[in-house]
Amino acid sequence: MSKIHDIGGLHGFGELAIESDEPPFHHEWEARVFGINRILLGAGCYTLDEFRDAIERMPPAHYLAASYYERWLHAIETLVAAKGVLDVRGG
Amino acid sequence: MSHVHATSGSAANRVKSLVAALEGAGLLTEQRLDDAVASFLGRAQPATGARVVARAWVEAGFRGRLLDDANAAVAELGIDLTHWAPVKLRAVANEPGRHNLIVCTLCSCYPLALLGPSPAWYKSEAYRSRAVRDPRSILAEFGTQLAPGVEITVWDSTAEVRYLVLPERPAGTAGAREDELAALVTRDGLIGTALV
Repeated sequence: MSKIHDIGGLHGFGELAIESDEPPFHHEWEARVFGINRILLGAGCYTLDEFRDAIERMPPAHYLAASYYERWLHAIETLVAAKGVLDVRGG
Repeated sequence: MSHVHATSGSAANRVKSLVAALEGAGLLTEQRLDDAVASFLGRAQPATGARVVARAWVEAGFRGRLLDDANAAVAELGIDLTHWAPVKLRAVANEPGRHNLIVCTLCSCYPLALLGPSPAWYKSEAYRSRAVRDPRSILAEFGTQLAPGVEITVWDSTAEVRYLVLPERPAGTAGAREDELAALVTRDGLIGTALV
């Protein structure tokens, strides 16, 4: 079953937004999301497949409305809650 | 326990809450967070991909090994591809009459260690949806002109396989040193949205 992330071939997404001298992150919080994900994956709190799946399970309208790193943030929040990441260490 | 799964509020505020909760649980510190980002940015550079290409241009044996088993070939140059997880790397060579373009239609898979942080357009719905349907229009937006009759092969990356375009060596570079050749190679040339 294809879900909203499976967009290869779809029409209507318009022109590319090509930036010259693009920074790696456009907001400080994006860099922090990236770093959090690296640390939690490295600590084995969840796997990369689980992370990807958490993005792919987003409701379609939410997925399309979210920016790239907002999807990451959604996935991290989802997995931290679902897997009890805070419970294990925090008691 | 604190409840971090906020459904509203700005992303910046949600991140702030998340970091505080994870710090409280002993999972990270501000210092480790900064280090995680800085070490990624320090290691993921398009100059690394350019070095691979330049070596392939000057050494036919390396080119052959790169096209045959890219993981082993880049390891010869001391390059570690592991980022989130081990991945299979495949190098695809541009040749007269054949151009290659890489995309990840499902998300944003990309050989970060060789190309540096991926540009926003690579992760955009516009690129992901259209690269596989109308790659010529993508190239046109980059101002990239292929000779008439050139066939384009589009490679759709997956969680397990990442691609690197091996551009054609530019004409008139017969006497160039390897480092001079590497300086000619751009990130977009390694993705295939530009020629080198």
